[in-house]
Amino acid sequence: MNTIWIIARRELNSFFDSLIAFIMIILFLGFSGFFTWISGSDIFLIGQASLRSFFGIAYWTLFFFIPAITMRLLAEEKKSGTIEMLLTKPVTDRQVILGKYLATLILIAVALLFTLPYFITIAKIGNIDAGGTICGYFALFLISAAYASIGLFASSITGNQIVAFLTALFIGIFFHFLFQMISFGMKGLFGQIINSLSMTVHFESLSRGVLDSKDLIYFGSVIFLGLFFTEVSLSKRNAYN
Amino acid sequence: MDIIIENLTKKYGAQKAVDNISLKVATGEILGFLGPNGAGKTTTMKIITNFIAADEGEVFIGGRSLREDANELKKHIGYLPENNPLYEEMPVMDYLEFCAMIHGIEKNRVNTRIAEMIKITGLNKEKHKKIAELSKGFKQRVGLAQAMIHDPEILILDEPTSGLDPNQIAEIRKLIRELGKEKTVILSTHILPEVEATCDRIFIINKGKLVADGTAETLRKQAMGTDILRVRIAAGDPNQVFKSLRALDTVSMVDFADRQFNRFNVHCKSEEVKRQIFRLCVDNKWVLTELTPFETKLEDIFRELTMN
Repeated sequence: MNTIWIIARRELNSFFDSLIAFIMIILFLGFSGFFTWISGSDIFLIGQASLRSFFGIAYWTLFFFIPAITMRLLAEEKKSGTIEMLLTKPVTDRQVILGKYLATLILIAVALLFTLPYFITIAKIGNIDAGGTICGYFALFLISAAYASIGLFASSITGNQIVAFLTALFIGIFFHFLFQMISFGMKGLFGQIINSLSMTVHFESLSRGVLDSKDLIYFGSVIFLGLFFTEVSLSKRNAYN
Repeated sequence: MDIIIENLTKKYGAQKAVDNISLKVATGEILGFLGPNGAGKTTTMKIITNFIAADEGEVFIGGRSLREDANELKKHIGYLPENNPLYEEMPVMDYLEFCAMIHGIEKNRVNTRIAEMIKITGLNKEKHKKIAELSKGFKQRVGLAQAMIHDPEILILDEPTSGLDPNQIAEIRKLIRELGKEKTVILSTHILPEVEATCDRIFIINKGKLVADGTAETLRKQAMGTDILRVRIAAGDPNQVFKSLRALDTVSMVDFADRQFNRFNVHCKSEEVKRQIFRLCVDNKWVLTELTPFETKLEDIFRELTMN
């Protein structure tokens, strides 16, 4: 645990030193704030004391921003060769992956925490459904964690950050809406299976305030598989055959 | 801790980067790993440090298999990878602290170790700068500092003096010699005077295969077979001198180095040959103007062994 934390802390420092963290947080707050409060189907248009419109926007902004955060995690180290320096220290591949993943989750959590004033503002305006809102934040965090795990995997297969970013988006698109779109035209069990792979379906049910174990298992599985394949891809170099 | 490598083979596609290499390095020995570019030096070092796995063969460090105990053994290895990769955006101090922490050095000793490393590597003025701002030589020192921060028993250094100026090179060599008294050191280089200056033993590989193993001394002997003297005898008919030299019973072979100046390369069987040549000159009233042992340079041995 200690080693993971040392790696995570270095990674966080690097996020903030390289200004990536600040740019991401500012852009995230800018985009989601603009569409939540000022334009489109904003809160005043809907006229309800709820953060539903924010969750809908954040669902999209995070989809684009998380690959931008995760793209450098392993790809940059591969390109500069520091991965060799790091992995020949007494750390396991898994500790490195979990450390970097933890740093990403913390950065996302910080970004989400900055939207707390939204919640406070609306709570003052009207009678907000606190439980549902917490569930919404939880859902946002879970989809972020899932995309971060996919992004980390994309970063592990290449030494090029742009390739890592695009790969993460490409994989993400399937979860984000392609699975759901494909399943529209299908009937029966197969259609149901494809539909249940869609992130949107699970996100919507969770952000509506319904805490279902099915959704939790779904997010857990995506996160686990992403990290698992990251480890497979990173460990390939020194697997004995 | 000693290092034993047994029948190591690593393939990249169809090409064998390392081809059946076996090698033993004793504790306190400094081994110079020599070879032309692409000979497999770096690959071998990456295998010893467990960055990549060998296709065949085993590495034992301190009697334990790297394959089974990699995470435990890595604690005892300090590694300076090729091209010295560093987290460039970090200040020197932060970087060394990170390395110390990840090596599990206790909190209260971290600062002492960093201070020691900075002193040894002469980074005092640069310690608060970002690594990206340092010159190549200072980056190299940071690389050495991170490799030594946990006081490892084994040091693997891939081209430790590349990019340094002559003064720094001398310092680093001295440092390596110093460290090598109690540690096991493997360093790779293609600078030949460097191996002679720092290493107890030389290990030359070419195209992934071992071509020579021994001290600089034994390699020289091996390459030459016999000792060679360079002899110059003035005031004498070249052909007659040539014949008389060849007639000496301690001489195995003579050839002209420079006919015009009466210079010869004399391959000799024993030390006695010098006296005999001298006497020969006195008897014939020739003037002996040069009599020097001809040292084969390590460069020549290296070229001979690695060019085919």
